[in-house]
Amino acid sequence: MMRRFTASITFGTSASLALLSFATLAGCKHSAPANAGLKATAQGTALVESSGGHQVGVTGTVLKDPLVVQVNDDHGTAVPGALVEFHGSAGVGFDPAAVLTDSSGQATTSVTLGTIAGRYDLSAVTPGKATPVSLEIVETALGYQQRVGSILADKYCSRCHDPESSPQRVSNYDNLAVKPHAFTEGSTLNKMSDADLTSIILHGGPALNRSALMPPYGNTLNAADVKALIAYTRAVSDPPYQPPGTVYARK
Amino acid sequence: MQRIRKYVSSLWQALFGDPVRAFGVVSLILLLALAIAPAKEHFSQWHSYQRQYLTLIRDRGDAISLRRRFVPGIHQIWLPELGVVDRCTTCHLGLNESSLADVAQQPFRKHPVVPHPLDRFGCVICHGGQGQATTVAEAHHSERAGEEPILPTRYIESGCGQCHQNALPGTPQLNLGRTMLTRYGCVHCHAITRPDGSKMEATDHPPSLAHIADKSTREWIFSWLKDPQAYAASTTMPNYKLSDGDASDISAYLVSSSKPQAGDTVAPAAKPTMAADPAAGPSLYGESFCASCHAVQNAAGNLVGGDLGPELTRIGNKAKPEWLAAWLENPRVYDSTTPMPHYRFTPQQIETLVAFLQAKSDSDYGSGVHLDAASSQQIAHGRKLIVELGCAACHEINGVQKPENFAPDLSTIGSKPLAQIVFLPGMEHSLPSYILAKIRQPRAFGSSVKMPQFTLTAAQTDALTTALLALTARGRAMPDSLRIAAIPDTDYQPAGHAGKLIAELACLSCHRFNGRGGDMAPDLTWEGSAVQRQWLTDFLHNPNTLRPSLIRRMPRFNLSDSDNKELTDYILTVYQSPAIDAELAPSGTNPPDVVERGKQLFYSKYACQACHIVDTKADKGYIGPTLTQVGSRLTPAWVYAWLKNPQALRPGTTEPNQNLSDDDARALTAFLMSQKGPGGRGAKQ
Repeated sequence: MMRRFTASITFGTSASLALLSFATLAGCKHSAPANAGLKATAQGTALVESSGGHQVGVTGTVLKDPLVVQVNDDHGTAVPGALVEFHGSAGVGFDPAAVLTDSSGQATTSVTLGTIAGRYDLSAVTPGKATPVSLEIVETALGYQQRVGSILADKYCSRCHDPESSPQRVSNYDNLAVKPHAFTEGSTLNKMSDADLTSIILHGGPALNRSALMPPYGNTLNAADVKALIAYTRAVSDPPYQPPGTVYARK
Repeated sequence: MQRIRKYVSSLWQALFGDPVRAFGVVSLILLLALAIAPAKEHFSQWHSYQRQYLTLIRDRGDAISLRRRFVPGIHQIWLPELGVVDRCTTCHLGLNESSLADVAQQPFRKHPVVPHPLDRFGCVICHGGQGQATTVAEAHHSERAGEEPILPTRYIESGCGQCHQNALPGTPQLNLGRTMLTRYGCVHCHAITRPDGSKMEATDHPPSLAHIADKSTREWIFSWLKDPQAYAASTTMPNYKLSDGDASDISAYLVSSSKPQAGDTVAPAAKPTMAADPAAGPSLYGESFCASCHAVQNAAGNLVGGDLGPELTRIGNKAKPEWLAAWLENPRVYDSTTPMPHYRFTPQQIETLVAFLQAKSDSDYGSGVHLDAASSQQIAHGRKLIVELGCAACHEINGVQKPENFAPDLSTIGSKPLAQIVFLPGMEHSLPSYILAKIRQPRAFGSSVKMPQFTLTAAQTDALTTALLALTARGRAMPDSLRIAAIPDTDYQPAGHAGKLIAELACLSCHRFNGRGGDMAPDLTWEGSAVQRQWLTDFLHNPNTLRPSLIRRMPRFNLSDSDNKELTDYILTVYQSPAIDAELAPSGTNPPDVVERGKQLFYSKYACQACHIVDTKADKGYIGPTLTQVGSRLTPAWVYAWLKNPQALRPGTTEPNQNLSDDDARALTAFLMSQKGPGGRGAKQ
């Protein structure tokens, strides 16, 4: 199998995606290619996330916004020309995987999520002056069911549950006397069981002695829809949701 | 030679020298030969995966039940009606084991939740690959004739598209790709027949070039042909990478073949100077909701507005003022099938709008273009190029026939054998990467390729690739019972004088009636049952928005009283739902206690104020329409039926079905019907 793996590298740059899926299928770690040809002209001592973290994408696809991190020095000033390498777990791809920071000290890469649904802990590393400095970035990949949930949430739920407004979609959050919980609010939602969430979706807020501002969707959504919605809220929850049940500790 | 012969004969003597020894040796060889098959199986790849799986589950808490469900040997899913013989589960052993959710190691990962059970659909239907193979290389990466490698996850939705011809909610990428095939005009040149035999029809509206000289100058046509995106970033017209000479010759032919249209060249009565009030233009543009369909780039470089009509950022560079005036007067004279409504502007308004639009120009655009008068050879060369490039596949051009089957048929592109593809050097040898490269850089495949360069984002090219990969031979061979057909638009056409008015106002560009029309505005199939006569008359005179948070709104058409009455009568008579029973709903005036009970229900039990506004001081919800004047707008029968089951009247509406009792629904209807708005005549306010 490894022979095939190395052979496919020779196909060239456009093979990177096939490589990714292959790497996952083969169950081997995908290691970022060496930072060949990049010569750092400067070193920073700190890495900060500029944008592109905490995105929610779909398994195996490129995240909508690029990941941008900034290299700073001791005084918090941006450092241009510093080398930044991006690393991720199996199946995650970066284009490019190693880059020099631009004139404003920022390194930009586009992230391809792995084929497994769930949270991806990515890291950006810069050599630093003495020891390498790294920064952890979290992205979320949605599987089929979770994405169906996200589409349903966009249609039925987000107008109230997401406080963020955009010109295309004005949030109703501020207009509600009792504030709904954002789906990312793990501190509250993680404590609720699947059964509780199901009954509040099916029968509305009063089912759990909560506000009637949450209407019942039992006659509008079907059982698969509700499961998908719950799978979605669990996927985007922060802190991450831990499913209940037996913990299969290794002997 | 002698030595070898001697050696062989001594070996023969040693092994088969006497009968007993010969018997022993032959038995030994036979025994070894019999052991080949079990040994081969023991050392096979799948066997080693099964051993790894057993090691993996050995230490888990539910090892015993996992062990019990594990069956050694080759597994096979055989579904004759689908042509599925899948042995993938031989190695992918954990697909159905929900307790393996935390295992990330392939091939033992649990399959994510999907609507199709494994034992009824198998694997290769969605994922591609060779189901019958028992080694990883053959199953996943076969490039042999007639075999397909596994589908990369990024295009996985194409698997769904083989059976599902309709737009599934869970496959946005596939849906976008399919929309683009029709919206970007791919199907003008490439014929695509769906597995059910229906043809994919283009939904874009490439303008006719029969009267192009009325509208634009040859210089503009030249600049446009050279780089359409330089004029309008959002245009779907691709770049043909023409040389200066070719672009000049094509523009010469288009201008020389153009036939003038009566009225287009008449200069407006007054000179289109800026009106006395500089705000008149923008305010008329805003009031007419031009931005619902037309986008304009703002100072920050972002496009603001809809994409139904062309972008107007530099319209002053393109359109001649006299043509623009004639177009605004009545667009159907120039183009009888345009989605643009006939606004019935006054001459004064036309003048204001023409001046406003003419000012939307970029003095740098096309400033360096000076074309000499074309010779007849150049014009003839222009025509030759138009025929070669297939311009007439999209645009109506005088003197050039619309070509048939101009480009390769793509109905089974998703099963194109790799042996038939000429890959570029350094390219991955797979169908997805070929399709993607062909969409991104068609001209890289040789100078004789006529396909133009489209300007697409990465998400768009991925979506197109997904939609094309879904067009497989397997999809066509699928039994009809498994195919979910696309719901095509009907050919509904409103009748009579009102029908003519509806066509003139292009109501179907935004609204949907009886399964045909746009999706920008509400479906009006049952509008006659829903609204009251006075409200409808007022609304058609002066549309006001019902939903405060909407950006795209209904424009005002300056209808005459008789046209207004005609439309109102038609809508109220024809668009009636047979399901609405006026008997069930409360009618006339309702007793105050019922209204009061409805109010209680509205605010406490059903908390409708979360989404709707009845009392503008207290309520704030603005997801649904404002209900302050609902009593003068809607009929009680509609309100009652809507409350009972909103989805039955308008499928897909966001309002949940609250499963109201008849009593509650009647009380709520009574309360809502008491909301007549200030002065009782809502729309006039």
